[in-house]
Amino acid sequence: MGKEGGCGQNKTMVKQEQELANRPDNTAFTQQRLPAWQPMLSAGIVIPGFVIIGLAFIGIGVALFITSKNIQVMEMDYTGFEPDSDCFKCSNPEEKNCVCQLDFNISSRFEGPVFFYYGLSNYFQNYRRYGVSKDDAQLSGDLDNFKSPSDTCSPYDTDGIKPIVPCGSIANSMFNDTFLLYREVNGTNELVPLDGKGIAWWTDYNVKYRNPNVTPLKEAFEGTVKPLFWPRPAYELDTSDPNNNGFINQDFLVWMRRAALPDFRKLYRRIAQGDYARGLPAGNYSLKIAYNYPVLSFQGRKKVVFSNVSWMGGRNDFLGIAYLVIGSMCVFMSIVMLIVYAKFKFPEED
Amino acid sequence: IEKMGRNKKDIRNLVSNLPYEGLGKTKQPNRYFPGNAIKTTKYTLLLFIPMNLFEQFHRLANIYFVCLAILNFVPVVNAFQPEVALIPICVILSLAALKAAWEDFRRYRSDRKLNNTPCFIYSRFTKSRWKDVRVGDFVKVVCNEIVPADLLLLHSSDPSGVCHIETSNLDGETNLKQRRAMSGICISDPEFKPESFNTVVVCEKPNNNLNHFKCYVEKPDKDKVGTGIESLLLRGCKMRNTHHAVGFVVYAGHETKSMLNNNAPRYKRSKLERKLNTDVIFCVILLLSMCLVGALGHFLWLQALPSGPPYLVPDSNGHLDSPSLSGFYMFFTMIILLQILIPISLYVSIELVKIGQIYFITNDIDLHDDETDRRVQCKTLNITEDLGQIEYVFSDKTGTLTENKMVFRRCSIMGTEYPHKENVKCSTFEHALTNSLYIIYILYVSTCFGGFAAIRLAVLGEPESGEDVIPDRKLLQQISRAGNCSGSQEIDPYLDFFLGLAICNTVAVSMATAQRQRVNANSVSLPHIFTSWQRKPKRSRSILEDLVVEEDHFNPPVKKEDFEDTTGLQMCSLHAPSDTNSDNLSYEAESPDEAALVYAAKAYGFTLLNRTPDSVTLRLPSGEDLVFEVLDTLTFDSNRKRMSVLVRHPITREYVLYTKGADYAIMELLVKTEIPWQKNIAAGTQHHLDCYAKDGLRTLCFTKKVVSYKEYESWSVNRQRALAAIDHREELVMDTAVQLETGLSLLGATGIEDRLQESVPDTIVALREAGIQVWVLTGDKPETAVNIGYACRLLEEEDLVINMSCKNKLVCTSILDCTLEEVRRYSEDPRNVDTTQGISLVIDGCTLTMALSSDLQDRFVDLAKRCRSVLCCRVTPLQKSRVVKMVREKLKVMTLAVGDGANDVSMIQAADIGIGLSGQEGMQAVMASDFAISRFKHLNKLILVHGHWCYTRLANMIIYFFYKNVAYVNLLFWYQFFCGFSGTTMIDYWLMIFFNLFFTSVPPIMFGIMDRDVSAEMLLGVPELYRMGQGEYTFSTFWVSMLDAFYQSLVCFFIPYLAYQDSDIDVFTFGTPLNTISLFTIILHLSIEIKAWTVVHWVIMLGSVALYFIVTLVYSAICVSCNPPSNPYWILQSQMADPMFYLLCIITTVVALMPRYY
Repeated sequence: MGKEGGCGQNKTMVKQEQELANRPDNTAFTQQRLPAWQPMLSAGIVIPGFVIIGLAFIGIGVALFITSKNIQVMEMDYTGFEPDSDCFKCSNPEEKNCVCQLDFNISSRFEGPVFFYYGLSNYFQNYRRYGVSKDDAQLSGDLDNFKSPSDTCSPYDTDGIKPIVPCGSIANSMFNDTFLLYREVNGTNELVPLDGKGIAWWTDYNVKYRNPNVTPLKEAFEGTVKPLFWPRPAYELDTSDPNNNGFINQDFLVWMRRAALPDFRKLYRRIAQGDYARGLPAGNYSLKIAYNYPVLSFQGRKKVVFSNVSWMGGRNDFLGIAYLVIGSMCVFMSIVMLIVYAKFKFPEED
Repeated sequence: IEKMGRNKKDIRNLVSNLPYEGLGKTKQPNRYFPGNAIKTTKYTLLLFIPMNLFEQFHRLANIYFVCLAILNFVPVVNAFQPEVALIPICVILSLAALKAAWEDFRRYRSDRKLNNTPCFIYSRFTKSRWKDVRVGDFVKVVCNEIVPADLLLLHSSDPSGVCHIETSNLDGETNLKQRRAMSGICISDPEFKPESFNTVVVCEKPNNNLNHFKCYVEKPDKDKVGTGIESLLLRGCKMRNTHHAVGFVVYAGHETKSMLNNNAPRYKRSKLERKLNTDVIFCVILLLSMCLVGALGHFLWLQALPSGPPYLVPDSNGHLDSPSLSGFYMFFTMIILLQILIPISLYVSIELVKIGQIYFITNDIDLHDDETDRRVQCKTLNITEDLGQIEYVFSDKTGTLTENKMVFRRCSIMGTEYPHKENVKCSTFEHALTNSLYIIYILYVSTCFGGFAAIRLAVLGEPESGEDVIPDRKLLQQISRAGNCSGSQEIDPYLDFFLGLAICNTVAVSMATAQRQRVNANSVSLPHIFTSWQRKPKRSRSILEDLVVEEDHFNPPVKKEDFEDTTGLQMCSLHAPSDTNSDNLSYEAESPDEAALVYAAKAYGFTLLNRTPDSVTLRLPSGEDLVFEVLDTLTFDSNRKRMSVLVRHPITREYVLYTKGADYAIMELLVKTEIPWQKNIAAGTQHHLDCYAKDGLRTLCFTKKVVSYKEYESWSVNRQRALAAIDHREELVMDTAVQLETGLSLLGATGIEDRLQESVPDTIVALREAGIQVWVLTGDKPETAVNIGYACRLLEEEDLVINMSCKNKLVCTSILDCTLEEVRRYSEDPRNVDTTQGISLVIDGCTLTMALSSDLQDRFVDLAKRCRSVLCCRVTPLQKSRVVKMVREKLKVMTLAVGDGANDVSMIQAADIGIGLSGQEGMQAVMASDFAISRFKHLNKLILVHGHWCYTRLANMIIYFFYKNVAYVNLLFWYQFFCGFSGTTMIDYWLMIFFNLFFTSVPPIMFGIMDRDVSAEMLLGVPELYRMGQGEYTFSTFWVSMLDAFYQSLVCFFIPYLAYQDSDIDVFTFGTPLNTISLFTIILHLSIEIKAWTVVHWVIMLGSVALYFIVTLVYSAICVSCNPPSNPYWILQSQMADPMFYLLCIITTVVALMPRYY
């Protein structure tokens, strides 16, 4: 048998009958033949694609820009850097319990709801060691950490004898200027009601920060001292509302959420009550400031900001402009490509 | 032998354990030698962790990251929570440790299995296992059993003391090897008695050379019997064809030759990896400069602050560090912060990618050879991408370009040429036709001349192309005439020629009992078409068989007398092979040339029936069997380039030396004669040899020499002494061979064809079109080589072929200069710019030696690089490796060497990539290679497709990895400008780790394994693409991607920055969109890079994005205060409820990727 052999063909025929144990699987995956989609960038796709993207971007940009332009913002510096400002007298750190006044005029109605911010400049809440300097366990109401705060709070963990609650640098440096806004109505100053509820993150107020389950709250703070810079202990932060004290004090929560950038603003109050629900009517206003927080020592600035908000948050023209620029670039580019395409492609086809 | 006393350190004295049986361990004479139990595991259960850690810290990158993690424990410089910083390094270390543990466990299991394999040890407890074997024991191995240790063969069930082993476990060679028992050491008749062993075995120290072993046995009467590898059974070999054998354990366990040969896979560093390391250094420089910027920035920032602002935190004593000290600390903090600029996961990813690439290469069905059922093997695991960088290919010829299936084509005997015209290449039908015609012809010849019964067997017997030779008509007549009138003439040169053909080799004859795969493959039934005429030969055979019977009666009386003359030995062995049907014969040759010659001799009726170390049994055309006593075999070596067999002719009782070898190794040894007709023979043969060479045939010369008894006696004493020597044994043995091989008389020459492998010309043309220079280095004659060169299109008809061959250096220098000048002029000539005509160089070994000398080297290289192809003939293995080394070092190019034989090993090792062809010539080349393929044509796809793919994939992946890390880390860096260079991160550290470990690690690995920038068909169809793909990873591409990374990170940081400027955004709410944008940019950047999207791509890319959102959302939902000071709680959720987040993501990603898109 098998005497004829010799030539390639019949030999392979014979071999194929045998089991080729080592033969790799002939599947699309192992042979790297999986059906593949190759993104082909032909002019027919790219040019319309660019036009569509460009037009969409321009549309978004216009919407953003108009929205941003419709947001009213009023910023006023009250650092007291200039000698002619009323707050100049307070800028001296020696001055205690200084109150200054800032008068301003609103020419047309400031649409509501108006948000009232305070702003700080050149203030590095994002400084690393500053950011570390707090005790999350303590702030979530753990009484053990009342007695012995975490050493991340150092050197603001104890005053030498007693533990500081809330400990750490962030809490210690809490912003403590207070503002009262008056509107001049018929020659008299009418206090504009400021709403301090719900200005902090819902999650901070309800989940992350907790007061210890001790009533009255003051007892929980037995054996602790208030932070060095604070005028009052934590359980007396808001004398008007007993439920707004301790770690769930709204201003405290706002402060504890560290700003990302050195020039920032933080929400102070909302103006949405009573007559002012629809905004601030035109007129003269005066802002009474309890000036406590020193910023000049590090060349910082303080300001107050009144702003209303839209679906896109506060006023920011940049994003709208960016969309407009990129959108028009896309359209422009597609026109250029169309010209190039027309010049080079069509003769070829002929 | 006297020298051995001095070299006591290099030898070992071994005695039998049997007399010491049952004695305590301290009494055992061989107690100092290790036992046979093996342990290849690296670790022990207890020491695994320390040892593995120790090993892992050999890698610089690991140390770097551990240092960083430790640095983070220093309070003044830490950037993260110290424990968290340990996570990445722990993950990486534990992954690597897991892999090591798994591998080690597998080794442990295989060791245990091996150690517990049963075996038979004399006079020990009956049930023995491999691990019980000790040096000095006697071990019995039965057929098909594996040898447990290195045994000195003392007894074989075969009466001639021979046993066969198959060494495929060791070196992959499947031919049987003969081992001969040392006789007279033990009583072995009728049964082996190890108790009678009372001698000392003196052997060399264990070494890893599988082909050399030196030892002698000192008998009580101080007689020394030397032996070598021919009596050593190696551990791991399989016993074949022998019922049982007994050996004395000389080496056990880890000292056995096979264990000493178990080297770990070689570690080669690819070119890309070397480049990568320089780029890592650039990254380190970049990192340090960024840290310096950070440190300086912090210093300046602190200095600019007038007095302590509330956000600066003093130390416990209440005062602040000085700005310069803080700046100094900040440098280290920055290193910790920006550490991932050095991509720790890159090395792990590269390893994973290479595993994937190797998976695809080995699974390529096109690289699988159906005939041998072999896949491509990747022996070196980390140089796949170098396949895409090849600029020079060095190839062996025989067995690499050609089939190495030798077919006897022509011969020249006594100066007369026999062209074997019938033996043309066949197409199936033609072949069948000639075959059947031929049978009729034989019938005619047989009846006319008689005495040719054996021919039919040769013709009908073998289907393999290498084995069927159709005898030349004229030559057949000549032989028959010689056979008929052998009475008048003592020995006819024609008969002698065929005797030489059949005897002068080391071909072993497999018996029918050997159930070998190769034989089985031949007996598979053939398709029906052929059965119709298959019957015909059968019928004709029966006629022939009748004839044989008749012939026995009509045999010439002279022959009968010869028979009566024979000695007892011959008489007794005469009947042994008589029952051997030569149909069942299968020849096991070490080189295919030998087999071809034996088959050729068989075709003419000189059938090799059996070969033992002492005798060769031949069947003559007349049907009678002759037993030649083999006195000695002078084996082939590459220095002598010839081999000889010294036999005693059973009829004439003469000592005859048959020598065969390369023509130039033989011609000068011919007996000096003045007789004109003898001179004419030499001249005529030389002429024929040249003709053969021109036809691309491999030539061999056959000579004969009758040695007088006296001469033999004196020589054999020398020989014995040389064989027993331990020092310089090889040289001495070779010297004795040279002594005897003089004064030879020429019988004739043979021409053997070695057909080109399938698609070799196409492959070579494709490689050349791909811009690869192909060099062929062969040991053949220039004529043969040039011919093959044209056949495989290495040389083209229109090429300008420069032939360099010169005798001395002076000539060589001037020729080299002239040629160089000419070639320069030629290439500068504007007329030749766009012609396809190339320059090819043919150079012979002798000239090459001169050209390789240090003063001519540069000129030669200069010349060679201008040539499209170079053909080096008559080169030795050493020269091959020198050529490769020279080109590699002088031209700084990537070289690939491909070869199949032992003579290519040095070349394979010298090249950047060595490719072994698992062909007919054993496995040495494959063992030394980085990749093993089975056909030359596979090189095409391996290099052009897989090489290209592997390289572009890996290069793109590495660039992408650098880009990814820089783009991501720079976000942190830009933020430092807004946080007083204080080392703050705006992204939660866990999310940063996840980002690198999970969200963005799989896509680049998938990209590195699966991307297809160009389809395989395209790459094969347009080989020029190969060259273009080589510049994927250069200095500029690295820096371009770095710049891109900087640009993208600037965009990704500053667009959100400007959008959130002056707002009430907090640190981590600011960081989350940055992280998201960065993920989108990085993933989309990759999708621009991906050229072909398959299902896998979609799944992984979309999966990564989905994973990011899922993991981050879950993490933000559960981590209320899990990782202080960071505060990721509910941030992504609130961001995702804000339309601004999406608008920001869209615009930033678009702007970041815009330049990449063009």
